[in-house]
Amino acid sequence: MTVSTQGAIDVDLHPALPGCMTLLPYLDDHWRDEIIGRGLDDLDLSLWPRGAALTARPDWRPEAGLAGGTVELLRAQALEPFGTGIGILNPLFGAPALHNVDLAAALCRATNDWVAKEWLDKEPRLRASILVPVDSPELAVQEIERRAGDKRFVQVLVLGAGETLLGRRVNWPILEAAERHGMPIALQIASSLRVSPTANGWPSYLIEDHVNFAQTFQSQLLSLIAEGAFSRHPKLKVVLLNAGIGWVPSFLWRGTKEWRALRREVPWVDRSPAEIFREHVRISCQPIDAPPDPADLATLLEMIGSDDVLLFSTDWPHWRFDGTDAIPPGLPDRLRPRLLRENALATYPRLRETVQ
Amino acid sequence: MSATTLPRPEVPAQARLRVIDCDVHPAMRSGAELDRWLSPRWQQHRKEYGLRLRQPFTSTYPYPKAAPALSRRDSWPPTGGPPGSDLAFMREQHLDFHDIEYGMLQPLSVRGMDERVQGFAEAVSTAVNQWQHDDWTSKDKRLKGTIAVAGEDAKAAVKEIERWAGHPDFVQVSMVTRALEPLGRSRYWPIYEAAEHYGLPLGLHTLGTSGHSVAGGGWPSFYYEEHQAVAMSLSAMVASFIMEGVPERFPALKMVIVEGGFGWVPSLGWRMDSHYHALRSEVPHLRRKPSEYLKSNFWFTTQPVEEPEKPEHLRKLIDWIGWDRLLFATDYPHWDSDDPRYAFKCQMSEAEKRGIFAGNAKAVYGL
Repeated sequence: MTVSTQGAIDVDLHPALPGCMTLLPYLDDHWRDEIIGRGLDDLDLSLWPRGAALTARPDWRPEAGLAGGTVELLRAQALEPFGTGIGILNPLFGAPALHNVDLAAALCRATNDWVAKEWLDKEPRLRASILVPVDSPELAVQEIERRAGDKRFVQVLVLGAGETLLGRRVNWPILEAAERHGMPIALQIASSLRVSPTANGWPSYLIEDHVNFAQTFQSQLLSLIAEGAFSRHPKLKVVLLNAGIGWVPSFLWRGTKEWRALRREVPWVDRSPAEIFREHVRISCQPIDAPPDPADLATLLEMIGSDDVLLFSTDWPHWRFDGTDAIPPGLPDRLRPRLLRENALATYPRLRETVQ
Repeated sequence: MSATTLPRPEVPAQARLRVIDCDVHPAMRSGAELDRWLSPRWQQHRKEYGLRLRQPFTSTYPYPKAAPALSRRDSWPPTGGPPGSDLAFMREQHLDFHDIEYGMLQPLSVRGMDERVQGFAEAVSTAVNQWQHDDWTSKDKRLKGTIAVAGEDAKAAVKEIERWAGHPDFVQVSMVTRALEPLGRSRYWPIYEAAEHYGLPLGLHTLGTSGHSVAGGGWPSFYYEEHQAVAMSLSAMVASFIMEGVPERFPALKMVIVEGGFGWVPSLGWRMDSHYHALRSEVPHLRRKPSEYLKSNFWFTTQPVEEPEKPEHLRKLIDWIGWDRLLFATDYPHWDSDDPRYAFKCQMSEAEKRGIFAGNAKAVYGL
């Protein structure tokens, strides 16, 4: 059977890592002793409680074990039904949220080794992101360098919200390393919650944290734009996962209007933020967060003003849609090949090298 | 740019469109002016300690503003004092010049809700309200007051609302939008109960030094970022109202979101709905899709008006929000204020103009 997504590049798959104990074989003696001696195991992020329906689609919850827990589940639920050609793994593991950056770095290193051995070695259709201890740019760059030789790792994965906004000067080495190795930087809905999730303090509900993360992503983009990241790194791409696209037009309009008025404060921003966005930012298509009338998706995309932005994703095993309806309703036909493969190939140079 | 502006033909007086401006900023000539409405105990406190906000400086912001006093360069009154401090000049430059039918006052420079000493917060709020009455609304009937409350203590806020409720000069209740907690949370509900009871909308002007960074990713470096992030903070505030069930509990309560623009509004509805699909069991107190509350309980002032690259996209945006949800505002005398003649870079029918520039505000405020 051929499905409408045959051959797609799925940029957002989440392999579930049970906890630190699973990583013991990938840690040295010191960290093994620390993990065991201190009883450290589960590092699930509070944005993704295992029981919440959003975290695992009902028919993607196995009878035993974790949703997203094995490469067999991935094949049966995500690769086969969608006819996926290539899938990129983004481990949603909380290691980078630890305050001890050495511990965070050791666990990120082990996670990446675990991903290589337990997933990439077993399934040639898979690629992965490098989980980095983003709160220590020095250690994050070390991990990028360590992994860069393995072309199956195609991007750098950071918390959507860490210690500081990504564009701030302290983080510049991460941006530089990512560009140098042809790796986009992906931000996912994950936070070390060093600051409250909104300017208004701490909301009550999980649904608020997820809804408001659209704003957190915007604050990250604005930081990268305002600090001149894209002026300094013309090849750098940023991929937002689960951000939706509904907010993009207002972000571009406001960003450009404010830039016209305030550009003397940020003179290194040498083009309008809308232009910068279109060249450097990509967004996964689940969820799409488009108007309820599918006919309006074309208008929304026209407002965004670029056919390059959307990347195909299922967000497996999260619950975003039912069946195999992963293509946003109302997507204009001409954009289908862009969404399914072409945009991803243009975004990920390291993927391009290994895929025809 | 392919933008078009409103046509500006001379029209006879009876057909002319009088504007209701939902965001006008009066200013005190100095902080010491507050003493006229403070008791000797709080006058002394003000002299010795001043306002204690959740930020590093006593009298300026860690993000220096774009212009002195945040204001248009031509708005400094010839008589001295800061922009917005001279009623005669405000009349000449703004109210008469633009033929403003009503102007909603939004005092910002001195406010109670941000103050850390609760007793002083209450005294300042009362003083600010008395000042609006004595120096502004009683002198020019076009101006309408906003009941500022020290909302971190709901009981005190309710007392202040009751002091003014029923006074024809005061048409809404104001709180800071960046409060200690998201405004939907239950600690603030007594304020909403009182506002609903007295038929007073909440006029929520972007404002506040909550101590929380302006967006979830952390503290930005530049005013350019902080200024744009205002819309992000308001989006989170509206989400809080809806998800906590405030419109469900107080169905007649109206919330007017001031100075956030409106480009972000539809996408908030779409994202709330898309997540409601999987997460509705967390918020069983909602009886409608989250986006539906946007269309029943919320209004948005227009400034700063969005400027899409194609003018027809501005019309589409308003279609998505609803032409009855937008209230015109200038933000006079601030640097980024909107001029009613040029703000909307799209064509509008006479009826659409009448709604946005006056009719919608009349309906919301019962003017």
